[in-house]
Amino acid sequence: MTVQQISIFIENKTGRLAEVTRVLGNAGINIRALSLADTSDFGILRLIVDTPDRALEVLKADGFTVSKTEVIAVEVPDRPSGLNSILEKLDQAGINVEYMYAFVERSGENAIIIFRFDDIQRAIATLPEAGVTLVKSEKIFTA
Amino acid sequence: MIWNDEFETLPREAIESLQLKRLQQTVARVQATVPFYRDAFARAGVSADKIRSLDDLRRLPFTLKQDMRDNYPYGLFAVPLEQIVRIHASSGTTGKPTVVGYTRRDIDTWSELMARSFAAAGAGKGDVIHNAYGYGLFTGGLGAHYGAERIGASVIPMSGGNTKKQIMIMQDFGSTVLTCTPSYCLFLAEAAREEGLDIRDFKLRVGIHGAEPWSEAMREEIEEKLGIKAIDIYGLSEILGPGVGIECVEAQKGLHIWEDHFIPEIIDPESGEVLPPGEKGELVITTITKEGIPLIRYRTRDITRLIPEPCICGRTHMRLERMSGRSDDMLIIRGVNVFPSQIEAVLFNIEGVEPHYQLIVDREESLDTLEVQVEVNEQVFSDEIKELQGLSRRIQKDIKDLLGVTCKVRLVEPKTIARSEGKAVRVIDKRKG
Ligand SMILES: [Zn+2]
Repeated sequence: MTVQQISIFIENKTGRLAEVTRVLGNAGINIRALSLADTSDFGILRLIVDTPDRALEVLKADGFTVSKTEVIAVEVPDRPSGLNSILEKLDQAGINVEYMYAFVERSGENAIIIFRFDDIQRAIATLPEAGVTLVKSEKIFTA
Repeated sequence: MIWNDEFETLPREAIESLQLKRLQQTVARVQATVPFYRDAFARAGVSADKIRSLDDLRRLPFTLKQDMRDNYPYGLFAVPLEQIVRIHASSGTTGKPTVVGYTRRDIDTWSELMARSFAAAGAGKGDVIHNAYGYGLFTGGLGAHYGAERIGASVIPMSGGNTKKQIMIMQDFGSTVLTCTPSYCLFLAEAAREEGLDIRDFKLRVGIHGAEPWSEAMREEIEEKLGIKAIDIYGLSEILGPGVGIECVEAQKGLHIWEDHFIPEIIDPESGEVLPPGEKGELVITTITKEGIPLIRYRTRDITRLIPEPCICGRTHMRLERMSGRSDDMLIIRGVNVFPSQIEAVLFNIEGVEPHYQLIVDREESLDTLEVQVEVNEQVFSDEIKELQGLSRRIQKDIKDLLGVTCKVRLVEPKTIARSEGKAVRVIDKRKG
């Protein structure tokens, strides 16, 4: 039930972000979601792409430091407090969110949120019990 | 194996009496033939007949690198030019190079000492020595070459550069011994890996590395990545070239300096005073057999200490601790002495961090700043900012704990710090110039 995310180390200097998208574009890789976390010196670019293994390969070949991380995608009704109810459930279960970012489904009805948990197995076990829908990676590219 | 059993295992008293005799001869000779020394001895109120014991050595004046530049090119030669059969020069980063001349006997001595060094590193007849030190004005290439021939090994005069060819020849010719700088050794391993080759699968078994300071941790990395024994060799062109001293493969702990040809002293680089045995300071060397350009109390600028304890290998010549830097490379940051090699040692001790670093020293509002740039590889990379910030803080803390200096750590992308085929540029000091 997990989704593979690609994380890339980039220095905060002009052109590095564009270099990543150029490399992926040339390889015909489709970026579905993207999040950049940065500090004054460096950033970590996190991507959900259609072919993570291929993305890893082409980025490495271009000299980037890259890793693959298991994350969870959750569907959230696009209405007030949709996210809030999920966060509350996680909190009650004592599961820590390391980071999260959202994007909208192609249909435009629901939002998909990518979560990185400290304990992914427990999150997988807890979330469905709490009535939260996990999204399979195939669906991210079709939904 | 010990190359020269008679001289390498002389009892201490015999070494010292030989040293005194040779020192007296050398001092008398330079006083008679080199105007620079005649004047310097006169100014210091000392002369050859006053040297009655080895302790009298400290009455003699120092020779500095600057003295060699001032007497460029042949002013310090102690024999007429027609007796000089070889001239080398060290690359001067500023101004004129320093020039050294060798008589036929000097070349013979050098070959003997390099032969001793190869033997101490475990090399001998039947070995294929891949000599990747530069041939030319630099003493490294030819110095190692003559010693390799003297021990009866097959020597490949590769010289530096052309990394792809180096790897091909190393593999195809079955090189068993590699001589090059330690940073070039790691560069070769990396280049081989990029071509899908693993030097551990080659016949290579010993590496002899010098000409730049390196750490114990770097040795471990070389030994692991190339699957060899990595041996530290010491030399400088002013004194001889490579082969002034070397580690024995038996102990790999300290470099035996050939005391029947050189007298080492350790001094305080600030005051010039000779330090008590075992204390760390600047290495000063007096040559006692050289004919072409004998040097009295030459200040090497290398920081080390003497290890007087006997070695398990049976050689009686004293050992120098691995060089911990050069007094020239020493950075003074907010009044604290910092050697790049110390920072390197800190990085090596952090799991996964590679030794590709650069130090940027600057001054902001009359306060010195130190930035340590470290490349982020896959082993230390994390998808979480706090993990990487933790790594930065760990490096910063370890440097602070060891050196007492607060630095800024900047994590950079791999291969952004320039790799070098020769000596790595570790320090950019923006306070200068
Ligand atoms: Zn020994």
